[in-house]
Amino acid sequence: MKKEGKQQVWKEYQKDIADNDYYFQRSCIRQNFFPGSEYAFLKILREELGKNIYDDARQTTCTGIGYHSDIIPFETIQTVVARHFALMTEKGFHNFVISCVTSFGIYSEIFETWKEFPSELERTRHYLKEATGREFELPWNMTHASDIIYKFRDEIFSKRKCSLVNGDTGEPLKIVEHIGCHYAKIFPRKGVGGAEFPQVLSGMIESWGGEVVDYPERRHCCGFGFRHYLVMADRGYSVANSKKKFESMEPYKPDAIVCNCPGCTMFMDKWQYVIAEMENKTYGTNGNGIPVLTYEELAGLVLGYDPWDLGLQMHQIDCEPLLDKMKVKYDPALKYAGKDGEELGVPLQPNFIH
Amino acid sequence: MTNASPDMNKVFKRITEDVRYKEGLKSCMNCGVCTAICPAAEFYDYDPRLLLTIVQSKDKNKIVALLKSDFIWYCGQCMSCKTRCPRGNCPGLIINVLRKVSQEFGYFTESRMGRQQYAVMRTVGENILKYGYCVHPEAVKPELHPEQGPVWEWIFNNRKDLYERLKGNLNNDGPGTLRKIPAETMKELHSIFEVTGGMKFYSLIDEYSKKKVKEMGFEQDEKNMNRYFMHVYKDTGQGNS
Repeated sequence: MKKEGKQQVWKEYQKDIADNDYYFQRSCIRQNFFPGSEYAFLKILREELGKNIYDDARQTTCTGIGYHSDIIPFETIQTVVARHFALMTEKGFHNFVISCVTSFGIYSEIFETWKEFPSELERTRHYLKEATGREFELPWNMTHASDIIYKFRDEIFSKRKCSLVNGDTGEPLKIVEHIGCHYAKIFPRKGVGGAEFPQVLSGMIESWGGEVVDYPERRHCCGFGFRHYLVMADRGYSVANSKKKFESMEPYKPDAIVCNCPGCTMFMDKWQYVIAEMENKTYGTNGNGIPVLTYEELAGLVLGYDPWDLGLQMHQIDCEPLLDKMKVKYDPALKYAGKDGEELGVPLQPNFIH
Repeated sequence: MTNASPDMNKVFKRITEDVRYKEGLKSCMNCGVCTAICPAAEFYDYDPRLLLTIVQSKDKNKIVALLKSDFIWYCGQCMSCKTRCPRGNCPGLIINVLRKVSQEFGYFTESRMGRQQYAVMRTVGENILKYGYCVHPEAVKPELHPEQGPVWEWIFNNRKDLYERLKGNLNNDGPGTLRKIPAETMKELHSIFEVTGGMKFYSLIDEYSKKKVKEMGFEQDEKNMNRYFMHVYKDTGQGNS
């Protein structure tokens, strides 16, 4: 792919990403489905990059999934967000780092609303004071957690134990990147590379030796749909959108999919299983699906972390085909073990997909 | 344009006074780019261009009809329309306003997809107030989520050991993944919901849903409300609930 023109466009969408001293806002979905990813993110920042990042027990959900499913009033979510800014302020931090793409969209939307409609900010300050007695300052810098990994991608690679290269052929691994709609579609200037040429994940992939797959439906939604997934009757919407992406990427034979948003990671993983069970169709090679990883998991593998410490056993689609290509060392016998190696049983084998 | 009743004027006022209406609809020129990019328009009989045309017309009869229909519930909130609109409009944001007002006035129970709000409130809504999380491992029950597959069922059955193995802090005090949200924090969260109208909004969804159950000829007891939950949760409109 010709990159000169795109690099020019990217230059217009470079965002300011703070160097250090971060307040960490956790993600509901990432904690549930990819708990190893948030652990790896904090470990990478603290132990590999020597950064100061604060993990606050007093946080709650931002209520973003409820808001986009329209059960949470705008006034309520603004005040919940304000409370998190108050906790950051009280701890003396100014750089707010968000682990969830839905939350990132929420914080960005509210931040912009307060700029455009100062009366909303004043009313929120009043509500927060009345409800909790707290006051807050606005963050100086607000980023998605992947922005930090992107910023320090070369430093991470300098500590690598392996790279995104097929150990048998020496060829770069072909990686599909999916940044998630709310990272840059709502406010393109808040995402690295904007909405057209988002660079946050492609920058990591290329810096770590891989090749980005440019396929027709690259920017299409994973199909979460918020209420559409939450209600069983409407889940067809969700799987149909993911299927559109899988069909579009299949001819390029990707070795893996890496996602920015925890929700997208979960859907791209689970819907491959559902499509296989419903239609006997798989999109990887030899009856496998395409492994789907979070960017923290990908960074962790590059840094030589154990795949089972990263939580890759929590994925429905087996990640071993990718691990084998990367020549990552792992013990298959410990995949489904507990913390001291004790047996926790094994998941039932799906009927069709591995 | 037909004459609007006082109630319709109140509805229209609620829509237009919302800052998200002011932000999301400046002046639509009907180019249709939003519809071209919209995943919901591809899957459902949905058309964000038509949505803005109706809202922009200020025809209150048509707007109230929208609020009673499935049409406003089709949007998947991806906000792809925001990126593409040459005028900076955001039909997805107008959808948020219309859905809010549809629930405030009880119109949502008139459509199949609108009635699903009861299920959303009973799942994610209750999770927020019970756990402090939108999603919590104990609430993702395999029988309600068969699409999560056998690996999730294994995680669900071994959640205490597995989250501990992954350095989590499931249901325990202190910081960390899936920690128990402290009681004082939960008190603050509930207080925010009281002060900002979040609690009242849940009550409205509950009350209008109970009214619907009564209209359907059933007692509004717990057993029937649970049956109603499963009905709206599973009903695809094709006789499969």
